[in-house]
Amino acid sequence: MSHHIVELKDVRFRYPDGTEAIQGITFKILHGESVGIAGANGMGKTTLLLNLGAHLLPTSGEVSIGEVTLAKRTRQEIRRKVGFVFQRTDDQLFMPTVYEDVAFGPINLGLTEEKVAERVKSALEMVGCLHLSNRPPHRLSEGQKRAVAIATVMAMDPDILIMDEPASNLDPKSRRHLINLLKGFVHTKIIASHDLDLILDVCKRCIIIREGRVVADGPSEEILMDEKLLEENSLELPLSRQHNNKF
Amino acid sequence: MSFDLEFFNIGYLDTLSYKDTFVHRIDPRIKIIVSFIFILFVVSFQKYEVSALMPFFLYPVFLLTAGNIPLKAIAKKIVFVSPFAVFIGIFNPLLDTGVILSPFGIPVSGGWLSFISIIMKFVLTVSTALLLIAVTSFPGICEALERLKLPKVFVIQLLFLYRYLFVLLEESLRMIRARDARSFGKRGKEMKTFIRLISVLLIRSVERAERIFCAMLSRGFRGEIKVLRRHTINAYDILFLIISVTMFYLFRSFHIVNIIGETVGRSFR
Repeated sequence: MSHHIVELKDVRFRYPDGTEAIQGITFKILHGESVGIAGANGMGKTTLLLNLGAHLLPTSGEVSIGEVTLAKRTRQEIRRKVGFVFQRTDDQLFMPTVYEDVAFGPINLGLTEEKVAERVKSALEMVGCLHLSNRPPHRLSEGQKRAVAIATVMAMDPDILIMDEPASNLDPKSRRHLINLLKGFVHTKIIASHDLDLILDVCKRCIIIREGRVVADGPSEEILMDEKLLEENSLELPLSRQHNNKF
Repeated sequence: MSFDLEFFNIGYLDTLSYKDTFVHRIDPRIKIIVSFIFILFVVSFQKYEVSALMPFFLYPVFLLTAGNIPLKAIAKKIVFVSPFAVFIGIFNPLLDTGVILSPFGIPVSGGWLSFISIIMKFVLTVSTALLLIAVTSFPGICEALERLKLPKVFVIQLLFLYRYLFVLLEESLRMIRARDARSFGKRGKEMKTFIRLISVLLIRSVERAERIFCAMLSRGFRGEIKVLRRHTINAYDILFLIISVTMFYLFRSFHIVNIIGETVGRSFR
């Protein structure tokens, strides 16, 4: 199963205003791996994800997903492989009802009507939101919106799941529900978050970014226990670990 | 804090449209067509007509009761926009002073009649339009417009308007609250801050539009949005169409109020 590998070779990205958000990132994510990306605010996490989701093209270096190298004409192909869950659910859910929103992707993939209906149903069932089908997104709670946002992406049957701060604005129960949901997915997962407990729970591997560079890359269990490293990156030990140390 | 209240008010009409009653279930296309024909009939009366307009109140009253819509919600909105109609007709009683009829010996000038007629036509048409929104979900109306062959660009604009109206309102609400929290008395509430607030809102909207576009692209958007078709016209819908349009036609061609008056008068004689 070599076709779902995500590979970055010395990727750099500069915004038009001159900000060098990514300054040479190299890593490789294998099929089925789940990787957490952590780092302080403004260190390039979101920019990196936007590069992976083919929304931004690297200024230099190479991003390849599967056997496809990211370039202007392969964008569509890459977007088809990558499911992107954005940080703000109101940006992600743009159709007037939940059903239409989830159906948007599959329709654009050119599936038949029955196939679309099937996909929508199974995606909404997966996140436990089938009963919300006919509701308009502005009448949902943040937790429901997040679940539906994930369904919109799952309905496209992506190989790779990219999420930007999936647990932001969620109450503890919704957050727990989300974590269990993510654990159940067999996809390759790339999750950027400040919620280190979530990363510890869901991701086997963790990458820490500072000023557009990778400063640590390894098993979450090791990296998220390294107090000194975390502190240098404006992070803290995951809460669950703090607890263990104290008692 | 009137802005807060206004915000929840808009949401209220939307909440009503998700009820499930007989009128809510009628195909939106039929409702739009019937309401449109209704409005045409109402405005077709000549300017001194008052009593012949009365029977037309049956239609909005029907939507109101069958749709289980609270009268207050609609009445408040009508009052809110009424100045427009009032100012159109307010000078008629002054300009047109010829006495046209004098019931019970009280002389009534043509100006007053045409003024009342304008107000009645206004109440009829605006209440029907508001009730149409209140008994049909907005996506339903968009679907109907698309199937009635309105250009798709407009329909999609409307859909996005509906989706982001609430998001934008909430955003402005938060900004206004944040301003109020740090402004005291009149300071901080000047036009100058308001202009800045608006410009920030504009910039945020542009940025949001970019993010939404990203989200659309990542789900394979290539310039086509499909509007979901949920409704089918059934026998009840056709029946509703036929009955209501026939009623409107009868109201238009026969002076129902006169007929009732004459029959009642005759029976007393």
